[in-house]
Amino acid sequence: MVKLTTKQIIDLLPYSKPFLFVDELEKINEDGVTGSFTFDPQLDFYKGHFKGNPVTPGVILTETMAQIGVVCLGVFLLSAEENEFNGQVAMTSSNVEFLRPVFPGEKVTVIAEKIYFRFNKLKCKITMQNEAGVKVCYGELAGMFIRKANG
Amino acid sequence: MSNEEIINKLKPIITTYAPVSDALDNLNEESDFIKDLNINSANLVDIILDVEEEFGITIDNTSMEKMLTVSASIEVIKEKLSEK
Repeated sequence: MVKLTTKQIIDLLPYSKPFLFVDELEKINEDGVTGSFTFDPQLDFYKGHFKGNPVTPGVILTETMAQIGVVCLGVFLLSAEENEFNGQVAMTSSNVEFLRPVFPGEKVTVIAEKIYFRFNKLKCKITMQNEAGVKVCYGELAGMFIRKANG
Repeated sequence: MSNEEIINKLKPIITTYAPVSDALDNLNEESDFIKDLNINSANLVDIILDVEEEFGITIDNTSMEKMLTVSASIEVIKEKLSEK
C-alpha cells in the first residue's frame, strides 16, 4: 500500500503535453477528487475551433474531466490497494452536458465524486466550474484500469 | 432457483447493456457476453453489479472473471445463493 502525494499522482499519469490537462490536485481521498487546469491560449486546437473565435472543444473539456476525475482518482485508489499504478487506462463511457463555453486562458476546477470502483472500473459523477464558480459542464464518466503483470 | 428462473432475471439486466442483436433476442445458456452479445468489459462490470443487487449476492474477483457466458454466470449465481 502506497499513499501518494498529489505531485506523485500527476507524475504517474500516462499523459504529457500537449495532452496533459491536469495542473494541480487540491484535494483527493477515497471518495473523490478536486483538481484544476488552465487552458494555455497557445494550445493548437484553438487555431481551428473555431476559425477566428477560439473556444475550448467539448471533447477537450470531457478529457479534462476524465483525466482529473477518473484517471487521477483511479491512480490514487489503485496505489492505495497495491503498488504504484503504472498500467493502462481506457475511458469507457462519458455522458456530459455542456452549459457554458470555456475560452483560452480560463482556469477550470473539476470536482469528482466516486459512484463506484469495482473490478477495476471507476465511475464518477463529475462537475467542472470556471473561476467565477459557475458550472460549465457536468456528467458521469467511467474508465477501466488495466494493471501490468508484475506492475 | 432453476436455470430458467435465473435466465429470466438475467435477461432484462443484459438487455440494458447489450446492443440490439439477434444474439440478444435468442439469449440462451450458451450466449457469450463478449463474443456473441458485443458487451465490453466496462459494461460487463455493470451487469455484475446489477446481478449482485438482483440476487442479493456478492461476487468476488475470481468469480467475476469466470462470468463470461450465461451458463458460467448461472453457476456462479447458484454457488453464491447456496452460500447465503
